[in-house]
Amino acid sequence: MPVVDQRTAPSTPRRRPAPRLAVRKGPSPRGRAHGLWPYALIAPAVGGMLYLLVYPLVRAVLISFQDFRLRQLIAGDAEFVGLRNYRTLLTDPRFWEVVRRTFLFMAINVALIMVIATLVALMVERLGRIGRTVVLCSLVLAWAMPVVAATTVFQWLFHSEFGIVNWSLTSLGFDSFERYPWFANGTAAFAILVTLIVWQSVPFAAITLYSALTTVPLELYESARLDGAGAGRIFRSVTFPMLRPIFLLVLSLEVIWTFKAFVQIWVMTRGGPGDATTILPVYAVQTALSGQRYDLGSAASMVTVVLMSGVLLLYFRQMLRQEDETR
Amino acid sequence: MNTRTARPRLRRLPLNIAAAVTVVVCLFPVYWMISTAFKPSKDIQSTDPQLFPHTWTLDHFQRAVEADGFALFWRNSILVTLGAVLLALLVALGAAFAVARMRWKGRRQFMLMIFIAQMAPWESLIIPVYIISRDTNMLDRLPTLTLIYFMITLPFTVVVLRGFIGTIPPELEEAAQVDGCTRAGAFWRVAMPLLAPGLMATSLFGFITAWNEFAYANFLIIKQQDNRTLPVWLSSFQNTFGTDWGATMAASTLFALPALVIFLLLQRHVTSGFAAGAVKG
Repeated sequence: MPVVDQRTAPSTPRRRPAPRLAVRKGPSPRGRAHGLWPYALIAPAVGGMLYLLVYPLVRAVLISFQDFRLRQLIAGDAEFVGLRNYRTLLTDPRFWEVVRRTFLFMAINVALIMVIATLVALMVERLGRIGRTVVLCSLVLAWAMPVVAATTVFQWLFHSEFGIVNWSLTSLGFDSFERYPWFANGTAAFAILVTLIVWQSVPFAAITLYSALTTVPLELYESARLDGAGAGRIFRSVTFPMLRPIFLLVLSLEVIWTFKAFVQIWVMTRGGPGDATTILPVYAVQTALSGQRYDLGSAASMVTVVLMSGVLLLYFRQMLRQEDETR
Repeated sequence: MNTRTARPRLRRLPLNIAAAVTVVVCLFPVYWMISTAFKPSKDIQSTDPQLFPHTWTLDHFQRAVEADGFALFWRNSILVTLGAVLLALLVALGAAFAVARMRWKGRRQFMLMIFIAQMAPWESLIIPVYIISRDTNMLDRLPTLTLIYFMITLPFTVVVLRGFIGTIPPELEEAAQVDGCTRAGAFWRVAMPLLAPGLMATSLFGFITAWNEFAYANFLIIKQQDNRTLPVWLSSFQNTFGTDWGATMAASTLFALPALVIFLLLQRHVTSGFAAGAVKG
């Protein structure tokens, strides 16, 4: 320690004049005296975003307008074909089936997630201290479970022969579930994926909604109760309006994250059986990387991005509004 | 009025049942993973599963650890994840400092860009990233994954660090500057120690995001199987091990353990909602 002191001590007087000079020169120390520094500081971040986000996005748009298959991937020289890929996609009934399924998947997931998460949040708020800690801890554990691990575990839970789900259902008297092959049936596989995604997403939504709930002043509830409002009325007229911004934020995040269910689907079913669990991102990757139709896959990805951006706009509006409030 | 003591307890019953159900539903898959990993194979493959294992065994863990390349994939995952998180931290620190402490043209636009990047549709960029990596000879290489995970974690890191830097009063650094520190020196000696918990939490969340990432690791590492990471290894584990669910669950447990521990450690931050809109496990 003393060594460090000795070494730094003499340098201090030498350095001291520098800031003084700067202060004497610069007219406004806090105004725009920073010059190029901020731009130098953000340059790596901007560079990263340009090369790793903007460039791939531009490239995807370009590819979606080109004739790009395995030959072009190896040799280069892809030709522009205008809107042909989009025309091929939009006239393909299978693609429309996938779009329809994507929206169905999203709607079911998001509705279940929001309802369950709201109920859980309201429940946690009413619990005692110990109960609350236990519930929050288990929510956090479920949330922490890595996607691939959770997907593997769900495959085991729903295993046809030794799975605990089939065993419980059979023990409860539903004999038709003995050795029921969940992943061979389209609807069943779809249902399992929904269960998995709801199980994984509710913790985040519930915890966020719960922390928003704790910010609602208790006096509001009291006065509402004094005015004779019932529980349902209090939720509709006090709680929900107070939670609206955060509720919308969570809602749009969940919509976006349902698109990220790609991983669960890919690991569990690869979009099968048949097409039963193929949603847009899965369809795009299947078309591109398994079918070597990079052009069609990119076009499908771009359609996905356009569909998502509606939700994104809602999210950004909320986000910016909060930005302005914190400023 | 004399029913007052009995009534709340009765009224609280449905609430407590709901709480118990929530806890069971949340924990059961995690519990089932761990307990299956410890059960002997004959108990796993029985038509009458036991909720609590009677005999415990470490065989499955042994098989999982001794499986081909486990150590290698573990090392790959750690390398890629640490590289991405450190890079993101470094870059984000500069950017967050510029946003929180300096005034410049385009600051709002930069933040908007960060927010957009945070919501980047990574699932829809797999195809162009694959093609670009192929063109630039970056397929099958770990640095590619590091770069991509860096970009995935960067926006969130900037947002959170900006928040943390914003809570440190600039007067502290100004005082240090008056005492003769350079601006960077003042930041390093005064703000950094205060920032340490924030950096810690942020990097752990980044760590989890990168640790769990599957899609890019799956599609960008194709021929060079030695460069695979743990999630990809785990997803192919059932293919290699077939019906050996004990080993599969042991592998899942080993893979999930770091994330579970980190989340429990960070629970305070998680529940205080600072991660709102930031990380998805």
